[in-house]
Amino acid sequence: MMAAFFALVRRDMALALRSGGGAGLGVVFFLSVITIVPFAVGPDMVLLARIGPAILWIGALLASLIGLERLFAADVEDGSLDALAHSALPLELVAAAKGLAHWIATGLPLVVAAPVLALMLNLEPAAIGAVVLTLLVGTPAVTALGLIGAAFAGAFRRGGLLIAVLVLPLAIPVLIFAVSATGAAVTGPVPFGTPFRILIGLTLFALVLGPVAAAAALRAARG
Amino acid sequence: MCDASKIHPQGPFPHAGEAPAAVLKAEGLSCQRGVRLLFDKLDFELRAGHALVVVGRNGAGKSSLLRIVAGLLAATSGRVTLIEGAAERSCTEEMHYLGHDDALKAALSVADNLSFWRTMLGATGLPVAEALEEVGLGGLGRLPVAVLSAGQKRRLAIARLLVSRRRIWILDEPTTALDVTAQARFAELGRAHLDSGGAILAATHAPLDFGPRVGTLQLGPKLEAGA
Repeated sequence: MMAAFFALVRRDMALALRSGGGAGLGVVFFLSVITIVPFAVGPDMVLLARIGPAILWIGALLASLIGLERLFAADVEDGSLDALAHSALPLELVAAAKGLAHWIATGLPLVVAAPVLALMLNLEPAAIGAVVLTLLVGTPAVTALGLIGAAFAGAFRRGGLLIAVLVLPLAIPVLIFAVSATGAAVTGPVPFGTPFRILIGLTLFALVLGPVAAAAALRAARG
Repeated sequence: MCDASKIHPQGPFPHAGEAPAAVLKAEGLSCQRGVRLLFDKLDFELRAGHALVVVGRNGAGKSSLLRIVAGLLAATSGRVTLIEGAAERSCTEEMHYLGHDDALKAALSVADNLSFWRTMLGATGLPVAEALEEVGLGGLGRLPVAVLSAGQKRRLAIARLLVSRRRIWILDEPTTALDVTAQARFAELGRAHLDSGGAILAATHAPLDFGPRVGTLQLGPKLEAGA
């Protein structure tokens, strides 16, 4: 069963990297969002540093949605999902494997790119460290919640903005605690650990909920 | 001629050759899609070493029936039971489902696609190279699937049946896009599977030459020749 799980992870990663649209596109989109902010806000370095973590998180959140639309839809359309249903892997683990591959291909590059982009927003080293740490912990939650939207898009053949509309509200708690953890690291008064631990809790919750809900959506579409 | 031991090197499935036992039983199956009742209270059983061919006009519910048996669609009423399935394996792990779509990724190579399905479905059948040889794709393993013709993709999808050893094959229009040679080759593979005690449930318009042990299940009114 684990062999099947990792075979699916490997295949999805190979597909994400080969067909473009994976790591590269997400990072470029992230870069575009971060780049336009100083133009919109103006040359106020203090203001940039203050809103920087929030901007980075919004950029990462939107970039995480890229590619979710096709995550299950491609497998539904080419019949792969029917064949996957005949493997030893339950649909929940199929969704989890696809989520893991998606996060490695699109979420992890965002975490890696974040320190560089943070320099453009005049963030101080402590804030950069905090943003990267919260992204590392928080983006898996966004991907896991994104699985739900991806499953709906695949199962009911609706894509596009539907995913953003479904997923962004679910990601609000993650956003709140990630940004407040970064704020706590820089200005206080709450210690960084308090909101960060809640963020970890939210991520663990999302990692369980996402695959289960996605599998339920895919099953419901068969009825 | 294809020898049964070629595609099932482990030998026949248990109980093959004795009185043909039922491996799958459908009782009172009904399917309603929207307002249309496709079929009502359908009973049939699938026996070891036998094929059952579902025939009927377009839209008669052949694909729906196959999807219900394969566990991919919920029946409006009735149930499908697997007989003699090993207890620790779920119903769907005893069967292969080959639908209209080939379940292939164009960006990956022929061998990558097949070895993915081999790992995914349980590597209990032929190795990838041998399975490709069996369906006449030997030597094409490194090509990307994107450059294959429709018929070659179909052959590759059929190779999926061989890389994981499963008793029941559920085939929806399996010979679409296949040329005459490939159709004959596929019939040989089907006969070899039946010879080793496997069972086949297929929906088709083209006749499938699976030998003498083929039953027919008519869905809807019979098609008159020339009608």
